[in-house]
Amino acid sequence: MFELLGVPPQALFGQVLLGLINGSFYAILSLGLAVIFGLLNIINFAHGAQYMMGAFVAWMCLNYLGLNYWAALLLAPLIVGVFGVILERVLISRLAHLDHLYGLLLTFGLALIIQGLFRNYYGSSGLPYAIPAQLSGGQNLGFMFLPNYRGWVVVASLVVCLATWFMIEKTRLGAYLRAATENATLTQAFGINVPLLVTLTYGFGVALAALAGVLAAPIYSVNPNMGADLIIVVFAVVVIGGMGSIMGAIVTGFSLGLIEGLTKVFYPEASATVIFIIMVLVLLVKPAGLFGRAA
Amino acid sequence: MADITATDAPAAALPVQEETRGTRRLHRGIMIGIAIALVIAPFVAYPVFVMKVLCFALFALAFNLLLGYGGLLSFGHAAYFGMASYVSAYVAKQWGLTPELAILSGTLIAAALGFVFGSLAIRRQGIYFAMITLALAQMVYFFSLQTPRFTGGEDGIQAVPRGRLLGLIDLSDDRVLYWLVAAVFMGGLLLIYRIIHSPFGQICKAIRDNEPRAISLGYRVNQYKLAVFVLSASLAGLAGATKAMVFQLASLTDVHWSMSGEVVLMTLVGGLGTVFGPIAGAIVIVAMQNYLATLGAWVTVVQGVIFVICVMTFREGIVGVISKWIKKPL
Repeated sequence: MFELLGVPPQALFGQVLLGLINGSFYAILSLGLAVIFGLLNIINFAHGAQYMMGAFVAWMCLNYLGLNYWAALLLAPLIVGVFGVILERVLISRLAHLDHLYGLLLTFGLALIIQGLFRNYYGSSGLPYAIPAQLSGGQNLGFMFLPNYRGWVVVASLVVCLATWFMIEKTRLGAYLRAATENATLTQAFGINVPLLVTLTYGFGVALAALAGVLAAPIYSVNPNMGADLIIVVFAVVVIGGMGSIMGAIVTGFSLGLIEGLTKVFYPEASATVIFIIMVLVLLVKPAGLFGRAA
Repeated sequence: MADITATDAPAAALPVQEETRGTRRLHRGIMIGIAIALVIAPFVAYPVFVMKVLCFALFALAFNLLLGYGGLLSFGHAAYFGMASYVSAYVAKQWGLTPELAILSGTLIAAALGFVFGSLAIRRQGIYFAMITLALAQMVYFFSLQTPRFTGGEDGIQAVPRGRLLGLIDLSDDRVLYWLVAAVFMGGLLLIYRIIHSPFGQICKAIRDNEPRAISLGYRVNQYKLAVFVLSASLAGLAGATKAMVFQLASLTDVHWSMSGEVVLMTLVGGLGTVFGPIAGAIVIVAMQNYLATLGAWVTVVQGVIFVICVMTFREGIVGVISKWIKKPL
């Protein structure tokens, strides 16, 4: 068995793949945060809880309704997205005229409620979710063994991220969204229903989080706490990338996942903190973030 | 993308009220009232409960100094609280330092940590500031988790000796320790009151309300922000170190993000940007945790509900509402 930099290639590529998977969750989640922040001017602290909800809805679909993974992949983002729309209409929209810190505090409270409720009903030990039959097994690539499902997660996330980028940057709806982000009042004056756009945007961001949750369910067990710690890492990713650019969020998410995976191989002790350390370095060198505009 | 410079600071929810001689007299009256309550409290309530309230009240006061008067929302204050509690527990147990030195070393470490984290966080504003402080605090959490030789890992540092104050007074009796905790709390409260009403505090409020104007008046706003950040972190550390002495325990709970959330909640319930609000908030939240302790995970849900209700309908907080009634700042 040959070795690369003193590490067996199986371990190296395995961690690189796991890093890419984590990176795709970072990318999808920070993308959702950036889209929501752009239009609503709030940081959605409940994003981690909504990611967890996506995984749980998939689990419920399977165990209560007998719906398989593919149905859940479509249904869970829809259900959680509708839940997000209701939250926006009932609570968040009423804070629009206030300081954005109140939006952060509100969504933090919502995250506590959602996580607490799920912990009460399902405990915190985690529930298993099987890999769909079509994606079980794997490919032997010669230098490593690629489990089919893990490959699928990376490809699916990339497609979702690029589709979102395309929708925002290249379509008419996306143009409305960008216009409302730049200047909501003026956009409304042109006859575009900005409050509706705001609600749909929040719903879309939440649905993205739920989609990431469904993708994550077969890899990590379905657990009420799965989103809580992840969201803090995603915040660091957002600080590193800056929320000014959609493509920036995608690139930052994937590359930080990759760096985290490599750290696990070469210096495992730092793997939990490496993203925070990079955040500190970025703050020292380029305070506005890699893709951010100076405020 | 969007403009993230602060539009109106959270404390702007409160109406601007003139500071008059009458207000000063009222505040002095309240201070004397608090001092009297501190003397009576151990005889009518369980001393450990009162000490817990006092530690968290001081923690919330420190947090409110930063948010209410500096306009900076830190979502990582557990880092200073928890790190100070670890350090004081460690030096008291392993090095056998006296309690006053243990508390002092905890506070100094919190100040140093506050200086480092503060200088990083003030490079960004608004929402980013909150995210950076949260991420840095999470780094402290992972550090505590991964260095069991120092922190005791999942077990924490247990059975911390309370020792003898100045090598003379034995603090193992709760009723004796109480007076130290009460003195620390009262000292912290008076110091924060002094800071808020000093020229330095006035400039901090000016920066909170209108940063560009403060800059154009020639103030180096970043130095003021950093100074108020360090002060807040040190006082949070003082609270954490004292807490470690009271419960003879420093654990991962103290550095976890949920602790940062709790102190935000206390301040919000009591009244953001009011002098006495955090004390009221700490009493309410600690009492609630004590009564609801049997409910287990429901406590999180209840806290979340209180968060939502406060943000939606009760932004002034308890003391803020009273202040509105009597038309005087509290």
